[in-house]
Amino acid sequence: MQRNRYIGLAVLAIVIALLPLAFSNNYHYDIAILAGFNAIVCVGLNLLVGYAGQISLGHAGFFALGAYASGILTTRYGVPPLLALLSGAVFVGFLAFVLARPILRLKGHYLAMATLGIGIIISIVLNTESWITGGPDGLMTDAFSVAGVALTTEKTWYWVVGGLLLFAVWLALNIIDSPIGRALRALHGSEVGAQVVGVDTTQYKVLVFVISAVFASVVGSLFAHYVGLMTPTSAGFMKSVELVAMVVFGGMASTYGAVVGAAILTSLPQFLATLHDYEAVVLGAVLMGTMIFMPRGLLPTMVRLIRRWGQ
Amino acid sequence: MSLLRVEKLSKEFGGVHAVEDLSFSVSRGTIHSIIGPNGAGKTTLFNLITGIYQPTSGKVFLEDEEITNRPVHALAAKGMSRTFQNLQIFFNMTALENVMVGHHLHLDRRLLPALLHMGTLVRRDRECRDYCIELMEFVGCGKYRNSDAASMPYGALKRLEIARALASKPKLLLLDEPAAGLNATESREIDEVIKKVAAQGVTVVLVEHDMKMVMGISDHILALDYGRKLAEGTPAEVGSNPDVVAAYLGAAV
Repeated sequence: MQRNRYIGLAVLAIVIALLPLAFSNNYHYDIAILAGFNAIVCVGLNLLVGYAGQISLGHAGFFALGAYASGILTTRYGVPPLLALLSGAVFVGFLAFVLARPILRLKGHYLAMATLGIGIIISIVLNTESWITGGPDGLMTDAFSVAGVALTTEKTWYWVVGGLLLFAVWLALNIIDSPIGRALRALHGSEVGAQVVGVDTTQYKVLVFVISAVFASVVGSLFAHYVGLMTPTSAGFMKSVELVAMVVFGGMASTYGAVVGAAILTSLPQFLATLHDYEAVVLGAVLMGTMIFMPRGLLPTMVRLIRRWGQ
Repeated sequence: MSLLRVEKLSKEFGGVHAVEDLSFSVSRGTIHSIIGPNGAGKTTLFNLITGIYQPTSGKVFLEDEEITNRPVHALAAKGMSRTFQNLQIFFNMTALENVMVGHHLHLDRRLLPALLHMGTLVRRDRECRDYCIELMEFVGCGKYRNSDAASMPYGALKRLEIARALASKPKLLLLDEPAAGLNATESREIDEVIKKVAAQGVTVVLVEHDMKMVMGISDHILALDYGRKLAEGTPAEVGSNPDVVAAYLGAAV
């Protein structure tokens, strides 16, 4: 486990380091940056969905709240971007904490519906409270800067996002391989089984919900600065479904799987630009195919095949 | 002083009295068996004691502290753990990890050390791993330590659940039909495991159908029928009680 962890991180670092060799223009960097953003959200979401077994169809809402918090605080109140990002994360973490207790009593479809509701409510609020959010027209944001140094070019963003992705994966692996992580997987396996040895399952569900929401919020903040314009669609239902699809496709309960899933499902539509109108259809087909042919997801299935082949 | 005391405990399920006005106590350091025909309320009683069900009326005490209506996870901290008739294994984890979850309350559960993979946490985790391997050897499923729980045979899973419960270092261990579904040899082996557990000072409460096993290892037996106490006493007393014989074999005409 220890050794595997650092091998995996090293491979990911090498991939991130070498990928730009294949890039010929800023558009490629752009896709990679967006994939990196999604990957970080998915690594967090995977803790909730893959490891703890709790579905959420509302994480785009937390993503958007982080983004709007950063956008509003920096442009309207002149708060430094990093402080705005942290404030957004604290706010989203608190909101997730308050929402988690009533919501995570629910199971299966009911939980899916409740989280879906959260996402929709957030997106409605962003749409209608236009005095502060800019409404459907969106909200312009400035470049991200720390101590006077602004992140402007795609290249610098790429390295920042790459570094953050490595950091996020490292954090996720640490959690999974700790008493907290085992408790999360245990409550997925059998809630009552976990309770009788002292695992407060409600507490851990709340904890992982908050962690995954904070991951989404932080990425949302960075995303807002990167694209420079936030619209309420980023909080939308489709965005939440995309995130879950990335986790499921890449491999539930596999941190690297979530990264691979996010990378593929972010870049695929860009290469299939002619199919742009059918993006939702392709996404649906990919999800169905995954569930039917490789319910464990892409990466775990591949690892399995390679192991079997090796024997 | 009794370790566990049950006072006038009742549980109704929509008019059905699964457990009715039941009182008994379990002394420290003994093996206490609960027997009765199917539907006598044995598993319901277990679920009431361990907090999974809330009683309609009555009270449960552990070391003279009332524990009625406490949440399930809080009871583990008080020194109570259990196994299940229909296994509650974490099939998404390895066998060893299953047992390590059992040790949850004795580990560093803070978020920051976990996030940063701090040395103290890692060291305690490693100690926990060694301890849990020992426990798996102790209950006789040590060879599965690196297996996925999902790939283990039924008999080994029964042992694994006992190891997981022991990892929480309970004072009181409730075993719900540990021998159900096992063949005669496996059943005898489980028998030995239970004796070994009791010899270490853990008080055992056992629900079991295997009469040979119950009569052989119990210090005290409580016989239930239709949720009520039918008889109580040593194995010899209960075994010769005409009501118990009637409940099991049908009343003499």
